[in-house]
Amino acid sequence: MSKKYILKFRPSAVEEPVTYCLIKEYDIRVNILRAEIYPGKSGIMLVELDANSIKLKQAISFLQHKDIEVIPFEKRIHLEIEKCVHCGACTAVCCTSALSILNEKSELVFTPDKCVACGLCVKACPLQLFQLQFEE
Amino acid sequence: MKSNKTVEEINKKIRQGDAVVITAEEVSKMALTLSPEEIINEVDVVTTATFGPMCSSGAFLNFGHSDPPIRMEEISLNNVPASGGLAAVDTFIGATETAKDDPYYGGAHVIYDLIDGKDVLLKARAKGTDCYPRKEIDTYINKKEINEMILFNPRNAYQNYPAATNTTSSTKYTYMGILLPGLGNVTYSTSGELSPLLNDPELRTIGIGTKILLGGAEGFVAWNGTQFNTVRPKNKFGIPTINAATLAVIGNMKDMSTEFIRPAVYEKYGVSIFVGIGIPIPLLNKDIVRTVSIRNEQIETTICDYGRNGHPALGKTNYQQLQSGYIELGGERIQTAPLSSLYKARIIAEDLKNRIQRKKFFLTEPVQLFPKNTSLNGLKIRGKDYE
Repeated sequence: MSKKYILKFRPSAVEEPVTYCLIKEYDIRVNILRAEIYPGKSGIMLVELDANSIKLKQAISFLQHKDIEVIPFEKRIHLEIEKCVHCGACTAVCCTSALSILNEKSELVFTPDKCVACGLCVKACPLQLFQLQFEE
Repeated sequence: MKSNKTVEEINKKIRQGDAVVITAEEVSKMALTLSPEEIINEVDVVTTATFGPMCSSGAFLNFGHSDPPIRMEEISLNNVPASGGLAAVDTFIGATETAKDDPYYGGAHVIYDLIDGKDVLLKARAKGTDCYPRKEIDTYINKKEINEMILFNPRNAYQNYPAATNTTSSTKYTYMGILLPGLGNVTYSTSGELSPLLNDPELRTIGIGTKILLGGAEGFVAWNGTQFNTVRPKNKFGIPTINAATLAVIGNMKDMSTEFIRPAVYEKYGVSIFVGIGIPIPLLNKDIVRTVSIRNEQIETTICDYGRNGHPALGKTNYQQLQSGYIELGGERIQTAPLSSLYKARIIAEDLKNRIQRKKFFLTEPVQLFPKNTSLNGLKIRGKDYE
């Protein structure tokens, strides 16, 4: 199974070769979608982890032991769909088709699994309906 | 069966509950298998609609007189400047005007809040006169308390509009949305075959005085819209291939719904407003049947480079391609996205259809048709022209 997580590193954990451990020790296919280090050297990383569910569970508990906060990604992007007018402006900048209106009703459909948290939709929505929490 | 009808005859059928009303999308589908003659025998009215950002919009308000009265000169509503040059207690607030302290709040939001029934902060200053002694006012107003609130939009419902792209190496933030560098995307803003003026390209049934749906309430076409242009190039189906005619529309804002009037803010551009408009087209003769039967693949528009000055044209496409999610330009596949909501436009077209079927909405003949052979002037930058 493949799932997206946001990993939050405290300054003490920033220098750990975490990705190496995930691959080598837990046989996880790691896809780093976004990574940032903030002043004070705390860091944040958006990753897609692909492995069987037992390995994935072990890996997450390894990360947590390293004092890294592991947050399932879908909890971090929010669209107030009930206020949406389905104009489609956000789909103009969504390169992964996580946002699409290509359906019979021309209705905006958001598929969080496809989202890579680029954040362009936050700026593109004329109603300011997106919130992306990818900051400290 | 007669192949010509009058608006009066159609209204009689509406009154009797016999009128057949379908949407512009439905008639386009119908025309694939039926001839104009067969369609006019079956159908009386076609409903068209659009729901898109329309910057040239605003509202006239009359606040009523305070005691002692004031001749308002410097007016703001929720900190958004409104016109102080309209008698004592009348004003016009433009949709794109921005609050002095918040770039994400503007005239469009004031209009929305008023329709929503919210209290809006009114501040005004004046010099004070013998007949209007008050010099300052600071109070709240709402929909119930003020005398009139009239939406008057000088330029709405564009007949076609260019599709926008960007050939430069930097992202452009425009009223056509965010345009990614290097032909990264294409945006467009009409409801295609459902769009009002694309279904009446010669403006034979839509004119001054036409009754319409505006913001979910009954409104009227007040005039030809500003920047009204009837001499644009047309394709073989008689459709202008770039922005052409426009409508000035008016309606009672007190009856409108926030479902069909919504404020918009475009990143690094500013405030605009989504306006929902529905217009019925009476099928008076076979030629009108032909024009309302237009299909997305027959409606072409020009792709313009919004990254460069003057927005040079790069080519043409049609709405079937644009609505498919991508177009091909110079051998490249480019992602497309709309800025106007087809989803909402369809709701408006259905709403108008239901109102006519339920005998709540009757059709009007234009009081006067729009001017012909009008084109646009640019703004010259020049010194005073002495004789």
